[in-house]
Amino acid sequence: MRMLQQKSVQYRRTLLSMIKQANTGHTAGSLSSVDILNVLYNRIMDVTPENFDSVARDHYIQSKGHSVEALYTVLADAGFYPVVELASFSRAGSHFVGHPTRKVRGVEHNTGALGHGLSVAVGLALGMKKDGLPYRVFTLLGDGELAEGSNWEASMTAAHYKLDNLTVIVDRNDLQITGFTEEVMALEPLADKFRAFGYSVKEVNGNAIPELVEALERLPFAPDKPSLLLAHTVKGRGISFIENVASWHHHVPSDDEFRLALSELDQAEAALNGARQ
Amino acid sequence: MKLGRANLDEFGATVLALAEKDRDILVVTSDSRGSGKLTPFGKALPDQIVEVGIAEQNLVGIAAGLTAAGKKVFAVSPACFLTARSLEQIKNDVCYSNWPVKLVGISAGVSYGALGSTHHSLHDFAVLRAIHNLTVVAPADNFETRAALTAALDFPTPVYIRLGKRPMFDLHEPDAHFEFGKAIVLRDGSDVTFVATGETVVLALLAAEKLAEEGVRCRVLDMHTVKPLDKAALLAAASDSKALVTVEEHSVMGGLGGACAEVLLQAGVSIPFKIIGIPDEYTMTGSQEEIFRHYGITPEGLAQTAVGLLAGVTA
Repeated sequence: MRMLQQKSVQYRRTLLSMIKQANTGHTAGSLSSVDILNVLYNRIMDVTPENFDSVARDHYIQSKGHSVEALYTVLADAGFYPVVELASFSRAGSHFVGHPTRKVRGVEHNTGALGHGLSVAVGLALGMKKDGLPYRVFTLLGDGELAEGSNWEASMTAAHYKLDNLTVIVDRNDLQITGFTEEVMALEPLADKFRAFGYSVKEVNGNAIPELVEALERLPFAPDKPSLLLAHTVKGRGISFIENVASWHHHVPSDDEFRLALSELDQAEAALNGARQ
Repeated sequence: MKLGRANLDEFGATVLALAEKDRDILVVTSDSRGSGKLTPFGKALPDQIVEVGIAEQNLVGIAAGLTAAGKKVFAVSPACFLTARSLEQIKNDVCYSNWPVKLVGISAGVSYGALGSTHHSLHDFAVLRAIHNLTVVAPADNFETRAALTAALDFPTPVYIRLGKRPMFDLHEPDAHFEFGKAIVLRDGSDVTFVATGETVVLALLAAEKLAEEGVRCRVLDMHTVKPLDKAALLAAASDSKALVTVEEHSVMGGLGGACAEVLLQAGVSIPFKIIGIPDEYTMTGSQEEIFRHYGITPEGLAQTAVGLLAGVTA
């Protein structure tokens, strides 16, 4: 568990460096979702560079494509490409586009326009069920994108076809680009809405590695139902001055802010190492 | 010419025959199996039809996901909804992500006639032409429908096939050659060339026959693939003709006519040229045939257009 927590600190360093170097990126959403990706790729999913070209493995579709820095970072650590390649992120001619693209090995589907990932994940899960493949499909949704009606179309289908091989994770960080979700377009009572659409729902602290592991190691949450993990996170998690501030959605740290952010991550790492003794 | 069946009926029968031999073939419908002539398919192969309800965006996204799972997927929905409501799914989940979904737009153009403009697809060539990585096909008869579906099956990139619901005349021998992007010369002549696509090809052919009686020799270029356009066939036709008329069941903006104009003008070809289609207005109320007649999309109307263009040349 501590190894995963240490990875999360390192991932935050890497993704912040990517964004700083490229001078563009979705800083806060990547910080809120990186713990979820960490647990999926390092603890839960059966997907590797070796089995990636086969359908017979676990699958991951990132619907909230703007948190691409977290995805590229975790895929590098999973061995899909060397981490040094991330230096070209968003540069002219780079295949590390500012939203997920299949040009990057390990990425399964091109996303970025919101409200698309869930339908694709439903199709994948349905196709694997038809072939009797015992693998799972995971998809990560932002909370702001839940205003897209297509998510609810896909949710109806997931329940209709009893897709218990599908796990939908919502990065519930309460913020979208304009402000708090509840002020922009109210989502609550969100868990009740998902239950009403036929999911089996669990809620966790989506930045707490042990809670994520415990929930995701017990899939499906209920037989014959798609699972929905409502992961309560903090947008910008891990960097004090980025946490819970809407303007950091697509903001790049200044030189001073970047140094401060790295020093906060150093402290977090020291605290983790200290806790070991 | 022998009257065949509706291209949609041909679609239903062809896709069933293909799917009986390959269990990886799936059709996905949005409460559209009846209008897609897939009711027999649903009865014969219930495990190979996926119903998503009236949800076209979801239809296309799911089709992309099923394709990612290794399936060969025909996503079937009225062309008017498939290519407008699900346009972003077509652009991103199918084309940009490169999942070779076979998008089947049923009851296309003004097939739905008096149901009105909500149900017409007069924009689909225009919007889909501007989306990279998509082949856009409008079969003219049962043979082309069958050939296009078969060719789409193992095509490595996404294909859009546009089908109507009126019985069509057979324009080809059963052993004719069909290839995406290769226009077919149905009739040769050097006065006027008609470049037509989909259900208007037969009208161009009938116009050419009518004009032959008056001593005007016409070439009919069957441009079943609107994208990629067969530029070589178009330029060859233009250099052999005195005038060129394009014909389509689509808005006169951005469709086959626009595509031909782009090619001709940029190749430095100047030729008396007319785009025949639906003008930029909400169509008059009526059946497909009545709408065609209203806008001069008839053998007589097309012949008259051709004669008018030729008169300009000789004047």
